[in-house]
Amino acid sequence: MTDVDALAAEPLFGLPLADLWFGLLFFILGTFLFLDGFDFGAGALFATREDAEEREQLLAAIGPFWDGNEVWLVVFGGAMFAAFPSVYANLFSRHYLLMFAILGALIVRGLSPEMYEQRHDETWQTWWGRAFVVGSLTAPFFLGMFTANWLLGATTIVTLPGIIVGLALVALTVVDGAAFLRLKTRGDLRDDLRTDGYRALGAYLVLVVATIGSVYVAAPDLRPGLFSAPVVALVVVTLALAGVYALATREDRYYLAFVAAAGLVFALVGIVAGLMYPAIDRAGGLTVESAIVSTLPLNLMSIGAAILLPLIFVYFVVLYSTFSGPIEAGESY
Amino acid sequence: MIDPVLASRLQFALTTIVHIIFPVMSMGLAPFLVYFTWKDIRTGEAIYEQLRRFWTKIFAVSFVVGTVTGIVLEFEFGTNFAAFSTTAGELFGGPLALEGMMAFMLEATFLGVFVFGRERVGDALYMVSAVAVGLGTWLSAVWILIANSWMQTPRGYELVTENDQVIVTLVDPIAAYANPRFPWMFVHMQNAAVESVALFMAGLGAYFVFRHHVWDYPVENVDFWETTLKFGLIALIVTAPLQVIHGDLYARHVFETQPQKFAAMEAVWETDTYVPEYLVAFPTSLTDLLDPRAKNVFGIGIPGGASWLASGGDPQATIQGLEEFEGPQPPVAIVFWAFRIMVALGFWFILLAVWGGYRWWRGELLEDDLLHKALMLSAPLGIVAVELGWIVTEVGRQPWVIQDVMRTSDGVSPGLTGAEATLTLAGFAVVYLGLLTLYAYVVARIVRAGPPDVDGSAARDASETPASEVSVDD
Repeated sequence: MTDVDALAAEPLFGLPLADLWFGLLFFILGTFLFLDGFDFGAGALFATREDAEEREQLLAAIGPFWDGNEVWLVVFGGAMFAAFPSVYANLFSRHYLLMFAILGALIVRGLSPEMYEQRHDETWQTWWGRAFVVGSLTAPFFLGMFTANWLLGATTIVTLPGIIVGLALVALTVVDGAAFLRLKTRGDLRDDLRTDGYRALGAYLVLVVATIGSVYVAAPDLRPGLFSAPVVALVVVTLALAGVYALATREDRYYLAFVAAAGLVFALVGIVAGLMYPAIDRAGGLTVESAIVSTLPLNLMSIGAAILLPLIFVYFVVLYSTFSGPIEAGESY
Repeated sequence: MIDPVLASRLQFALTTIVHIIFPVMSMGLAPFLVYFTWKDIRTGEAIYEQLRRFWTKIFAVSFVVGTVTGIVLEFEFGTNFAAFSTTAGELFGGPLALEGMMAFMLEATFLGVFVFGRERVGDALYMVSAVAVGLGTWLSAVWILIANSWMQTPRGYELVTENDQVIVTLVDPIAAYANPRFPWMFVHMQNAAVESVALFMAGLGAYFVFRHHVWDYPVENVDFWETTLKFGLIALIVTAPLQVIHGDLYARHVFETQPQKFAAMEAVWETDTYVPEYLVAFPTSLTDLLDPRAKNVFGIGIPGGASWLASGGDPQATIQGLEEFEGPQPPVAIVFWAFRIMVALGFWFILLAVWGGYRWWRGELLEDDLLHKALMLSAPLGIVAVELGWIVTEVGRQPWVIQDVMRTSDGVSPGLTGAEATLTLAGFAVVYLGLLTLYAYVVARIVRAGPPDVDGSAARDASETPASEVSVDD
């Protein structure tokens, strides 16, 4: 057999690659929501600051990072296209207008910090500051709606669980953003962010309960999943992480609070993935096994990901260690 | 309401045409930035720090706008061309995923270090970040062009039926991805990107040199603009002849592998030998003007020219006419004119390069006001030529989204309504027009502000140069 025949014959090392890619896909989604989540959170918290210098600090805090963070969304799309092309096609075309709402929000959010810094007069900065806030709030809201609709197999854009999950994601990005900004700021601003983090965390926990309730009501076939061991465990983990976040924030243990915020995002994504599996597109009638690409491209993609994901980890270590610690006076976006 | 197929095609065309401007700027600037950074670190001369910082600002804005417009393109495959994505995902998805993981990640993370990190990292890591950003932009093009070249000359696949759908399945990755079209596209695209930025630099430099030396307006940093003009001109002298020579060989490759596209480029309707190369061609009646299938054209042509070009030297060579191909034809008028104007621009750029090179050699570069005017007017024309080239490539292969395998009209999302597609098309028309205006405005502001004031090696001495002065918005 030639090498290609061997690669086409069976999954590498007999691994359950379809399931691994399902897991990887949600890992990438979680990484995006965590990393770009604190950028969204910084955008939402931007609205609470009036002082021009404090606003500059919030922008400077995310400045070097957001490009790299947002690429995780591109990788999410690419990974889904490569591993589950029929899901990519069905899901995105079914949520046509919602996808464009997400893209529109991301365009506004991506442009506004760059534009904000291009001119230093009041009118210009007021409007781009508003655009930054609006983009940062709507992007996670629409992403939450999309995720909920995906899970439910909804064919309409607006669903009650969609709205609740959208709001939950907005609250979670603020939790995430507050934790990140406490790493990057000093003084009064850092103290105020403690309160912001607590409030957002409280809102998030209420919304998680509401999410579970709305899924219970709206999707009878998901009810057994809600009481399955992995989902119950992740809900317990969420509560525990919320406790860690609150305590760490009170005691100014910034890194621990940040790690807890990351954990909250991954727990939420884990709950969605756990409820969905083994389906991957309920409305399209697709399961992980039926939607996966054939063995040859799957093996090639797996080799590519196995080499590249550790490399990407190295890039992020370089980036985040270069810009670690609170931003210095004079540093700006 | 516009029909969903037409609206999707127009939307993809619009979003691509706008998006391509920004990657061209990044890809073309990348080698310049690597060079300026290297010279800045090695020599510590003020001019290189100015060049690096000025062009980094333009790069950063191009990257941001390129990112937000590029994400849209990726998702449009799923939203508007779901049938294509389902059919071709096995082959087409992989390169897109690898573009994200291999190229875009590299570029986006190190761009953070490159733009914001001069004060925080040592020279070696700073140089690494410049190279990584440049490499990332070029690798992006590798993966996107691998995907695109497969659609032009598909290889290494089989058609199988899965769940009642015919899908493309990968059987030979080397044939599919080391596709015969790929090297042609890659060389032509990258050279075009550098040439476009060279023209932009030369035009911008010429503007300030003209103001200073011809109009006698006082211009700050005139040394900087003279150097910019010279760097642009050097790059133009290198890239302009290459682009035309390579383009000629590329057209021959298209003749061999996509005869229908070639026939559209030359507007050849009936198969013939000794086909003339029309320099200009007009329909003979008003009705034909509105009909892209117009056959009766009045033209001025070189006898046997097209046959000679297609075959590489034989004026008697046979060219297959469009009538030989079944089904719909590409819109010939668009392809024919886009190709002609692109080629004409290619020769114009060679003329500019020779003219500028000659004046420079004679020591008259700063005095020739006609040259300055020509360069100023030509500053955006590199990008125009790139757009035309992509129109020839993409419109020329219609009706196929995958050559001879799948029609574009069969690739559109089945559930898409005309109302949805029209709504998003209208939205994009407004938003992208706004984006273009905003980009032009911001670049113009950066240009007006000019290069930052620096005094040589001071950038590496944090006590003398506040950090704020090396950020992008100084």
